Amino acid sequence: MADFDYLFFLEVLTGGLLSGVMYSLVAIGFVLIYKTSGVLNFAQGSILLFAALTFVSLTEKGVPFALALAVTFAAMVAIGIAVERVVLRPLVNKPPITLFMATLGLSYVIEGAAQLLWGTQVHGLDLGIEDIPFEFHGILISTFDLFASGVAAVMVVGLLLFFRYTRVGLSFRAVADDQFAALAVGLRLPRIWATVWAASGLVALVAGLLWGARSGVQFSLSLVVLKALPVLVLGGFDSIAGAIVGGLIVGASEKLAEVYLGAFIGGGIEGWFAYVLALAFLLVRPSGLFGQNRVERV
Amino acid sequence: MTTNALRPKTLPSWLLLVLILALAYAVIPLFGTGYLIEAIMLPFLALSLAGVGLNLLTGYAGQVSLGSAAFMAVGAFAAFNFNLRVDGLPLLVSLVAAGLTAAAVGIVFGLPSLRLRGFYLAVSTLAAQFFVQWALTKFSWFSNNNPSGVIDAPTIRLAGIDMTSSLGRYYFALIVVSLLTLFAWRVATSQTGRNFIAVRDNETAANFIGVPVLKTKLLAFGLSSFIIGIAGALWAFAYLRTVEPAGFNLDRSFQILFIVIIGGLATIRGAFLGAALIVVFPVVLSRVGSLVFGSMFDSGTLDMTQRIVLGALIIAFLILEPDGLAALSHRLRLWRQAPAPAS
Repeated sequence: MADFDYLFFLEVLTGGLLSGVMYSLVAIGFVLIYKTSGVLNFAQGSILLFAALTFVSLTEKGVPFALALAVTFAAMVAIGIAVERVVLRPLVNKPPITLFMATLGLSYVIEGAAQLLWGTQVHGLDLGIEDIPFEFHGILISTFDLFASGVAAVMVVGLLLFFRYTRVGLSFRAVADDQFAALAVGLRLPRIWATVWAASGLVALVAGLLWGARSGVQFSLSLVVLKALPVLVLGGFDSIAGAIVGGLIVGASEKLAEVYLGAFIGGGIEGWFAYVLALAFLLVRPSGLFGQNRVERV
Repeated sequence: MTTNALRPKTLPSWLLLVLILALAYAVIPLFGTGYLIEAIMLPFLALSLAGVGLNLLTGYAGQVSLGSAAFMAVGAFAAFNFNLRVDGLPLLVSLVAAGLTAAAVGIVFGLPSLRLRGFYLAVSTLAAQFFVQWALTKFSWFSNNNPSGVIDAPTIRLAGIDMTSSLGRYYFALIVVSLLTLFAWRVATSQTGRNFIAVRDNETAANFIGVPVLKTKLLAFGLSSFIIGIAGALWAFAYLRTVEPAGFNLDRSFQILFIVIIGGLATIRGAFLGAALIVVFPVVLSRVGSLVFGSMFDSGTLDMTQRIVLGALIIAFLILEPDGLAALSHRLRLWRQAPAPAS
């Protein structure tokens, strides 16, 4: 490779890293719930769709931006409480895989409800950010992706501060650490679960708006969950840092593979490349980059 | 399962089996309409078989797979290609060869199970789903260079008799499903089946008592994919009469997982009960919907309502009857025999 185009390589890499941030955004919602309740919430994608659809439909009906945001957030809180009541509470102490299958059912319910309520047509979403690529040392960078990364950064810092310094955040961590011990010191699990689902609903709302602005608000939005899963596998289900690093790795390697490998084995490998990458990685480290190693006992 | 001493005197189970077989082999073909056979029985048979296959893996061996549709696709395309490229190969042989191909692919994608558990494994089976679908659309050799990727299924011949009529396809599917169900039942009740359960219940403990855990897991993936692959071939050859990758998408994988959950994990008959519900339920829903809401209930609404009800059904089963329809039907038999004790 004598005439390797470094500039082009860097451009693909930056594009990949930035789109990886979008994956991380979705993955963080999963991590929040997994950390506190040990549930891999497959419904995260459909919650994201629900949030984006609700918000778009409201603004299209002439509801001002801030109010629509507030109403959608209220809906997220309502979903959080309802899920805790109807799904999580009766399934307490069931094996994690049962809970996972329940969230699979939940994703069907929420997807169906969102589209029954707001229709199935594609909505455009304009957040007022112009997506004009700008040049930085000869590399084209998408303004929108940069904005999304900024939002993600703010959100992550906010979450970290929240977990470290607020009472609710501390109780989240206590529950994540040891559910029984948390119960024993008098933390109210149901309330914490409802809160954490609402919080991940907020994350879903932010991610849904950004993804929706990028590719339109429609059914396929709920499929971003499939993009987030390999990110989670790479980073470990219980680590926010892992979600970010995993997202960056997946985003960058996916784009690089599409550009440099795609020519050899045919395009369209984006659909599975991330999974194979995650698998290869898992064979070396079965609990992900930052996941906790599990101790085996009989 | 239940022991004979505890079982109250209802219909002996062999008689029940004979009745069901008589119904399937004689009554339905004699009295069933074309619609019943084409639109209900054929998908029911194919999905039941896929459910039986997945149940070996998920129900008995405890390895959750979200890639069943991929193995169905492998089976369907392998059967098509064996049939096309090997002259004079009897259909049953290409069906078995297709099952073996699916088993090989299943073992490859089951390799991660040697190191991964639970969610990590479930996610990694998605790799099979996406990879297989991509490969089948990407390389046109699989679909005999057909530009649309949709190919007609070959005529079905069994022992020289043309069975392409709807009744013929029904019997063909029924015979295949009966044989493989018997096979799955034998596996489940043998030492292999007990090894599966041991691995599911406690892998470390199973290891200690001398169950070859790694071999057992791969065997579960292989056997399950074998059955699911043949189910895929039935789905394409006997039911749809076309072979296309798009029909074997992620939704199909979930559908089969739902069949197993609703029907009952680790039961053979559960797969049949679950498949019956999954196949009949949309039909009933559309009838009831148009009866109650009239023209308001269009196909879009139906689709969404179907999703909601199906999802709610899954959650309800997981909460109220984790052992599925199989346990429900068993309890119903007990309850019919003697009034339930107050509890």
